[in-house]
Amino acid sequence: MSETTAAPELAAPRAPRNRRSTRTNYELYGWLFMRASGVLLLVLIFGHLYMNLMVGDGINAIDFAFVGGKWSSPLWQTWDLLMLWLAMIHGTNGVRTIINDYAERVGTRVVLKSALYLAFTITVVLGTLVIFTFEPCPAGADPELLASICFP
Amino acid sequence: MPEAPAGTLYRGREGMWSWVAHRVTGFLIFFFLLVHVADTSLVRVSPEAYNAVIGAYKNPIMGLAEAGLVAAIVFHAFNGIRVMLVDFWSSGPRYQRVMLWIVLGLVVVTMAAFLPRHLMNVFGGGH
Repeated sequence: MSETTAAPELAAPRAPRNRRSTRTNYELYGWLFMRASGVLLLVLIFGHLYMNLMVGDGINAIDFAFVGGKWSSPLWQTWDLLMLWLAMIHGTNGVRTIINDYAERVGTRVVLKSALYLAFTITVVLGTLVIFTFEPCPAGADPELLASICFP
Repeated sequence: MPEAPAGTLYRGREGMWSWVAHRVTGFLIFFFLLVHVADTSLVRVSPEAYNAVIGAYKNPIMGLAEAGLVAAIVFHAFNGIRVMLVDFWSSGPRYQRVMLWIVLGLVVVTMAAFLPRHLMNVFGGGH
């Protein structure tokens, strides 16, 4: 009980706060991106859900021919491409924040974030390739399974 | 036993719980997105492969899970607007609590429009 503890160093009241914890503004840009992409995603995803789950027979109408019909239109190709990229960046940045908050050990953070960025890269590359290389009327396929646009 | 933190920033009530719900729904939606891009990619394999996998989404259990997913998306979307109003609208912080109840009301209204249509598609006759 006789040991003395050093008094913690405290800044003087109203001392100017000039310490910067980071050198860049990337976290600010990320914060802004979450809000800007969030507004766009609301429109894109509500439109996607409405077209795929509400119109016509909803989920029962979704099959290869449905996708074939939709992606024959540059509008839906662009819609889905934008939705893919924005949602993946928005979601990856969100999960990155969650990892930073809860994974306390540096090693755990590195492992979890590496897995996250790998999943991001694979999903974005795969999704983008699928949208642009999709063949709605593959040769030799069962005509019953194809969209009406395959039979002009 | 984990070490007890010296103090906590968690304050409870509407502010904290809406933040928790925003996190949980966002996390769930992200993992569905990874699965959804993977299943959609099967259109590059063959019409049969895609139809087989998308068929799994049409059974009643998955139909209910989709209703939960849509509810999570609708909450995350409307609460995201609330977060922006708190951030950018000068009176936002003052009204954050009542805005949460407005968000929940809008979620109920949106789901009331969506659920009958979706559940009829999932459970009604199947054609």
